[in-house]
Amino acid sequence: MDLKLSTERGGNQTPSPVEVSNPASIVGRLRSKLGAYGFMAPAVVLIVLFFFIPVIILFILSFSELKSANFGTLQWWLPANWSLDNYFRIFNDSFFSKFLGNTLFYVLTTLALFNFGSALAIALLTTHINRRAGFIFRLMWLLPRLTPSVIYILMWRRIASRLPHGILNQFLVPLGLGTGDDLLQTMPWVFVIVVNGLIGASFGLVIFTSAIEAIPRDFLKASKVDGASTLQTIRFVILPMIRWPILFVLTYQTLSLLTSFEQILLLTGGGPGLFKTEVWALRAYHLALSTESGNTQWGYGAAWAVVLVVIGVVAAIIYMRVFKFDELVQEPKIDLL
Amino acid sequence: MQISVRNRIWSSAPYLLLAISVVPVLVGYFWLLISSFSTRTEGLLPVGGLTLKNWSFLRETPFGRGYPSIWRVTLNTFLIAAFMTVVVVLVSSLAGYALSRLNFPGRRQFLSLTLILHAFPSVTLLIGIFFVLRTLNLYNTIVGVGLVMVGFEMPFGIWLMKGFFDNVSWDMERAALIDGASRLQVWWQIIIPTLKPGIAALAIFAFVSGWNAWLIPKTFTIGAGQQATLSVYLQNFQGDTVAVDWGAVTAVGLFQLIPVALFFIFTQDLLLSIYAGGAKGGA
Repeated sequence: MDLKLSTERGGNQTPSPVEVSNPASIVGRLRSKLGAYGFMAPAVVLIVLFFFIPVIILFILSFSELKSANFGTLQWWLPANWSLDNYFRIFNDSFFSKFLGNTLFYVLTTLALFNFGSALAIALLTTHINRRAGFIFRLMWLLPRLTPSVIYILMWRRIASRLPHGILNQFLVPLGLGTGDDLLQTMPWVFVIVVNGLIGASFGLVIFTSAIEAIPRDFLKASKVDGASTLQTIRFVILPMIRWPILFVLTYQTLSLLTSFEQILLLTGGGPGLFKTEVWALRAYHLALSTESGNTQWGYGAAWAVVLVVIGVVAAIIYMRVFKFDELVQEPKIDLL
Repeated sequence: MQISVRNRIWSSAPYLLLAISVVPVLVGYFWLLISSFSTRTEGLLPVGGLTLKNWSFLRETPFGRGYPSIWRVTLNTFLIAAFMTVVVVLVSSLAGYALSRLNFPGRRQFLSLTLILHAFPSVTLLIGIFFVLRTLNLYNTIVGVGLVMVGFEMPFGIWLMKGFFDNVSWDMERAALIDGASRLQVWWQIIIPTLKPGIAALAIFAFVSGWNAWLIPKTFTIGAGQQATLSVYLQNFQGDTVAVDWGAVTAVGLFQLIPVALFFIFTQDLLLSIYAGGAKGGA
């Protein structure tokens, strides 16, 4: 029993031959289960309140026509008032292709350039150089994530702003580049992608760094002895050895980007003009939660959001299958008392 | 000779590339600092001399009457962040312990579920939560905002704490159990003390996310009123319609950054290990 207790972590669980409390006692067992649920109760209440119920409400709302005009009078929770109209409306929206195109462009470009591209490049560079210096550079890359989003965006608005205040224009205009206008108006996408990318890259950066540092030194030495250049070492030794972390970061960050909108909301608000940088998640937010328009459409906005829920759940199921998250949920070490 | 020069260039190239890569963010911080002590700025240069008047918000509201004082707003923000820290740490370490040590029906499902929830689009939850908060009479209250933010951190906190518990040897714990200690006693007196570094990491993470938060307070409170947090307050005074007092806005911004900067300077190792995994629904 001792052997089993001290070595076994999960796997096939055969019942322990000895239990410390009386195994026959139903009361004892009941108490142990109750104990477990006691530990779990606060977390369960919070998750039910802020995940379960909201998702149920979201689905119900998406079938209803609830908006500012009938808020308080429409009984949106009654099935009699439900229909699929909102979903048809999404596809008939005159800007539907714009929102879809924006979202795909934003996700793919930011992922390629920053959340994956820069993350991998910075991870390779910072593990290549002096350890302490590499650590400090990684820390610098963490700054955008650590900075309150309002202040982070405040800085970027000033960097992009028009002359005479704009920081970037102070350098561009003397070089004959641009007209000195607000760069958020003239090239909003560049800023949306850079601003989000600099935050997003730190996720991949940390994961890639620990994966690269976990590669046994012997492999890298061997490839050096064999005369491989740095680039060849990266291509033929490092990249193959971190392919799982790469796949994980790619899939996880795709979903993250797909659902992110806070920085875009602060930076451009989806503009300039009509929805120039409005992405799917921001569209849902604007419809259902923005109070500025005075015409909040909970029902229609919820339908836009439900599409994201479906994508999120499908993605999560794929993670579980591909990355074998099942192994993380292995049986606990002990359950005797 | 030739080779050594080339070697030197080749070996300093990574440093150069990395240095360039962090310029934009450092420039942003530099401007924030300059601007908070300037009458106004053009590019990175102060125009019209340096001044301390931007910092007068510490004594009186810089944005006109009718808005709460900075100390009220700071207190709100602190209360939310502190509430979040305490509740997230407490609830996640309770649940994390049970998930790591006890076997009970629903355990597996709960773990898979929280993993899914961690990747869940926040906008989808916010819409429903609006109705939850209205039903509970918590809309436009600090408690409501705090609870929502605690809820959002739950999946991450639970998984993190479960991981910590998994790595603690349970010899001592087992001895205590056999000696007749209850689960709760074991949890509090034996395991929690061995996990102080991990708990500190989670506490810092929770505090900073509560302190920085904008989207949730903005969505569930009304404007820059008595319930405002620093982020909401700050955002309110840089709209496009009113003339923006950039000096005051940057000074308030710098003020908000003080605790974050302290954590950044003094807990670097913890930060780098915890931050990548923690963002919920963000970029």
